[in-house]
Amino acid sequence: MRILTIVKQVPDSSATVKVAADGKGIDQAGLKLVQDPFDEFGVELAVQLREKRGDVTEIVALTLGPDKAAEALRVALAMGADSGVHICDSKFASHNELFCAYIIAQAIKKDSKGFDLILCGKYNIDLDAGAMGPALAEFLDLPHVGAVTGLDITPDGKRFTAKRRIEGAEEVVECDLPALLTIEKGLVEPRYPSLPNLMKAKKKPVTVVNSKDIPGEDASEAGVHLMSIAPPPPRPDCKFIEGEPEQIARELVRLLREEAKVL
Amino acid sequence: MSNNILVFIEQRNGKVLPASYQLLALAGRLAPQTGGRAEAVIVGHNVAALVKDVAAFGAKKVYTVDDAELAMYRVQPYAAAVCAAIDAAQPKMVLAPTTAMGRDLASRVAARKRAALAIDCTEVALEGGDLIATKPMYAGKFSAKFRLSSSRLQVATVRTNAYSASEPQSGASAETQAVALVLRDADKRAKIKEIASTSSGVKDVTEGDVVVSGGRALKSADNFEIIHELAEALDGAVGASRAACDAGYQPHTRQVGLTGKVVTPRLYIACGIDGAIQHLAGMRGSKVIVAINTKKDAPIFKVATYGCVVDLFTLVPLLTKEFKKMKAH
Repeated sequence: MRILTIVKQVPDSSATVKVAADGKGIDQAGLKLVQDPFDEFGVELAVQLREKRGDVTEIVALTLGPDKAAEALRVALAMGADSGVHICDSKFASHNELFCAYIIAQAIKKDSKGFDLILCGKYNIDLDAGAMGPALAEFLDLPHVGAVTGLDITPDGKRFTAKRRIEGAEEVVECDLPALLTIEKGLVEPRYPSLPNLMKAKKKPVTVVNSKDIPGEDASEAGVHLMSIAPPPPRPDCKFIEGEPEQIARELVRLLREEAKVL
Repeated sequence: MSNNILVFIEQRNGKVLPASYQLLALAGRLAPQTGGRAEAVIVGHNVAALVKDVAAFGAKKVYTVDDAELAMYRVQPYAAAVCAAIDAAQPKMVLAPTTAMGRDLASRVAARKRAALAIDCTEVALEGGDLIATKPMYAGKFSAKFRLSSSRLQVATVRTNAYSASEPQSGASAETQAVALVLRDADKRAKIKEIASTSSGVKDVTEGDVVVSGGRALKSADNFEIIHELAEALDGAVGASRAACDAGYQPHTRQVGLTGKVVTPRLYIACGIDGAIQHLAGMRGSKVIVAINTKKDAPIFKVATYGCVVDLFTLVPLLTKEFKKMKAH
């Protein structure tokens, strides 16, 4: 079984993110970047599958991003991926997930051996969107199961059963491989790559792919443009309700009815 | 291409998700600017009975894709169905709710149609034919505006409660058109084995029009009873902070926040929640936020509409009593 894990480099969720001077992106200066935590679940799952099963022959990690994104790839390699693919070209720099998924699909199609399982996060914490997995599956004409919280692959590696949470219920899906899964928190707990493994990761092969390999595609012509980014509109100042608890309860109910009109 | 706006009506077991009707109101509002009209597509099996309501909520034309293969939601057959409806309707724009189904489906449909896509919009506007989508980024720390070019089909999923539904016009009629579903074997690879309810009769936190959440300050699973009672009085859902879930007071299925669920109810009542960034990311889009916390400097008050600096164990039962009284009148 060959497994591909898609990883993206994103700002650390605890980092203070600032808007860039032009208001069209974020200030990259001094920004702490990490492998997306949801994508990391995919890498961990791939490595655990190899540890549990005898039939995982290769794990490839793939990222689309600038030079710096190679760091995210190295983390995946240090966690246990065997090799990396880095799609790196300014023509492909985009917040347009559909475009990125299309480019990644073209790169995957160039791989002659094919993948049995493709993994990525349920969404990336920078875009809050989650189109990558489903769109990539569509471009590759693969089935996908989104936001997976449980997974059981048959011993022959041909089928799997996946659990996913939907609003108010858990769905159990049966499907053939090859397929794409997007991973939800809770399925696996990512390991910290050890220092020796980080050192070893530096020696693992990484193939760089650019617009010469995928000609004719340009993010600027893909129909989606980020116009501006700003802090969310401030919420109105909090109105504090004072008094004895009984008064507060009565006044709050009155305000919700008469002022906010939400009851 | 027409100038019409096609709304995907999300339904399970013949029950329409109310957010679908909110999108019909949005489509009706945008339609004069595109020079088109609000249309809808219903995908499922035996869905004819839903047409009347969809028309009442503002659809001028309803496409139905009705097939036994569509009895339960599976993304590939549904994507094929929506794409068939798009081929029939030739809309300028497709709107779907931001739900597990909507995110999944819109992404595949938009990919197949090489459309321009925006997921989880809090605002949708038009500018010279382009769609201007406002949506959260970086876990809700920012709000971004994207321009979706009119040169492509525009697809957007919209947050629940970002728009209000119109009053239904009973007796409103709509043109209808049945669209045939053509599936390849490759579309049927995934099968739904089971859908098991996880909410055990209680509303899921993403479905509540009102959400009452408790934090670590509740101190035990048993103490959450007062949160449940308040939620019940408001016909709402129960949520919890990550700290409360990690402590085992509530199941993780109720966790509101970045790593839990993002909710945007009409009313969110945070009880004993300080408001860590990761929690705020999950609820700051709520219309009205009430915070009950003994610490006046707690970050939750920065996003709250109404603040009550008082012990939740005293106030919450009093609120339950007041809401029950109000309902009785």
